[in-house]
Amino acid sequence: MLNTLNAIFAKHRHQPGALLPILHDIQHELGYVPDLAVPEIAKELNLSRAEVHGVLTYYHHFRQSPPGKHVVHVCCAEACQANGSEALANHAATRLLSGDIKMEPVYCLGLCSIGPAIQIDELKLHARVTPEKFDKLMQELEVRS
Amino acid sequence: MSITIFVPGDAAALALGADEVAVAISTAAAKHKLDIEIVRNGSRGLFWLEPLVEVITEQGRIAYGPVTVADVPSLFSANITRGGKHSLRLGDIETLSYLAKQKRVTMSRVGVIDPASLSDYRKHGGGKGLELAQSMTSAEIVRLVTDSGLRGRGGAAFPTGIKWKTVLDTTADQKYIVCNADEGDSGTFSDRMVMEGDPYCLIEGMAIAGLAVGANKGYIYVRSEYPHAIAALNAALDSAGDWLGDFQIEVRKAAGAYVCGEETALLESIEGKRGIVRSKPPLPAISGLFGQPTVINNVISLASVPDILAQGAANYRDLGVGRSRGTLPFQLAGNIKYGGLVEVPFGLTLRELLYDFGGGSRSGRPLRAVQVGGPLGAYLPESQFDTMLDYEAFAAIGAVLGHGGIVAFDDTVDMAKQARYAMKFCAIESCGKCTPCRIGSTRGVEVIDRIRAGAHEQIPLLRDLCETMTYGSMCAMGSMTPYPVLSALNHFQEDFQ
Ligand SMILES: Cc1cc2nc3c(=O)[nH]c(=O)nc-3n(C[C@H](O)[C@H](O)[C@H](O)COP(=O)(O)O)c2cc1C
Ligand code: SF4
Ligand code: FES
Repeated sequence: MLNTLNAIFAKHRHQPGALLPILHDIQHELGYVPDLAVPEIAKELNLSRAEVHGVLTYYHHFRQSPPGKHVVHVCCAEACQANGSEALANHAATRLLSGDIKMEPVYCLGLCSIGPAIQIDELKLHARVTPEKFDKLMQELEVRS
Repeated sequence: MSITIFVPGDAAALALGADEVAVAISTAAAKHKLDIEIVRNGSRGLFWLEPLVEVITEQGRIAYGPVTVADVPSLFSANITRGGKHSLRLGDIETLSYLAKQKRVTMSRVGVIDPASLSDYRKHGGGKGLELAQSMTSAEIVRLVTDSGLRGRGGAAFPTGIKWKTVLDTTADQKYIVCNADEGDSGTFSDRMVMEGDPYCLIEGMAIAGLAVGANKGYIYVRSEYPHAIAALNAALDSAGDWLGDFQIEVRKAAGAYVCGEETALLESIEGKRGIVRSKPPLPAISGLFGQPTVINNVISLASVPDILAQGAANYRDLGVGRSRGTLPFQLAGNIKYGGLVEVPFGLTLRELLYDFGGGSRSGRPLRAVQVGGPLGAYLPESQFDTMLDYEAFAAIGAVLGHGGIVAFDDTVDMAKQARYAMKFCAIESCGKCTPCRIGSTRGVEVIDRIRAGAHEQIPLLRDLCETMTYGSMCAMGSMTPYPVLSALNHFQEDFQ
């Protein structure tokens, strides 16, 4: 892990306000930001551990424990609500109760005319997702992993 | 000569399968031994037709949509590359009434050009504004933007030229241009469409702002939910060469906090801190990013600037009504049949947008409530649909236009539940700096829960709480959450019984 951190630190050494870019890179590499990284980041940026911890926990995007094999973000904001996202989110929560796909709410993906919208592994988008379509997508994910 | 086929790379098109369609098209073309070039353009913003495929033919750009992978073989049998007849053929894209009825100014190139190509951008009129700006003094640029009547499109509608003048008039060794691309409002996606479909337009707007105030460094703060927009911006910047002279832009990825769309919280976040709202004064224009004078503007505000320079202030100012000059790219979202991007001059009515463009609800049921301006915007009942789309007309009925997001709900909506959601959202997203917002929103959820359970005598308490939040909060997160709550309570009382 230290090697990974050091490579990331080197990349951002001359960037003003580098904490968020560093946290993003760590999460991108490791899937989350481990506790052990916090004192290292603090040392690198000449901050206190409490400051780094404060930032890490403030932002919804950063994770402090490993995610499941896959993360599915289900949009729970108003425009998707108007198209039945609540039923979808409830369905998804039950469907994913066991297994290593994790569901997280997200507040808007910018697909508000074609909701309910979901995002898989922070990249792949799907629109007009019905519970049936959701199950199909999850099956495909499970087969692939 | 190869035939150009456009398959949008816009996130909404991708969500509907555009990548898979692009692959199917190139496979089919190979099979038919056709020499084609696929351009991944932005979206025209007619989302019920996505993936919307266009082909350049002698009769214009012929559109087909919505295209699925399964349609591709029959499209090639029907000679799609020559604009052949097919049940999905929509005709010349420019003649579709949804587009023909609009006045695309800021979004004129989105969906038209190849967003990854600076030369295509220039071929379509891009770059002229910056060229002109390079021959003007800072004061002249600022005056021109002021004269255009452009007001900030991020929500607060503050005159852009006046903001720029403050930064110009403040002396400092280092100044910054910050683009607010946090686009957190549900029901909005115009920033995203510009970043993905015409990134050079935003970049040019920032470079012009830099010349206007004497700044050589810019940041674009993009929400983490928009990976495609981030990639498009970085790709555009990587191939910009020396086009921007010594003006440098860095893309910063946000981290999922709605309140970081508030300008001072955003600056804190770029500085690497918790996104907590700063108290004002000082204004960011005087002491902003890293304590330096900073222009902070929304994507659409900045992307409107190149055209204003190139076409002149009067051209822009002549559009619109009252003190709302120019155009606003409205976004029709939620339960709406023809959802999409509608850029029109201010002055239409909400009803015209909802029905003439939107075609009513997607579900086929009557529209009952429409939230305009994001999660901090009011819910409007049918009786207010004739309100004119104008900042002042909306203010007069206790509503806001905000960033132009319009979210439609049909008659199955439970407005007490929507009011609860507004409070809940505030509780989740509050930065925690002031009590009325931090604690008030949590109390608000509890009070609404009790009202919904039958304790109607608590309604005055909810009103009291809203008043405290309105007058006691430091920023619009806390002070405007009462807009959706009270509008739901006032216009849809029956849902609270
Ligand atoms: C809670 C909150 C969230 C906001 N979110 C955004 C946003 O996502 N995008 C944006 O441009 N402005 C947002 N704003 C408005 C900004 O504070 C600011 O007014 C804007 O960036 C100024 O740019 P403009 O003058 O070009 O509109 C938000 C304000 C508040 C209070
Ligand atoms: S109103 Fe809410 S979001 Fe705004 S400063 Fe106060 S606590 Fe923070
Ligand atoms: S509200 Fe769900 S994508 Fe915008």
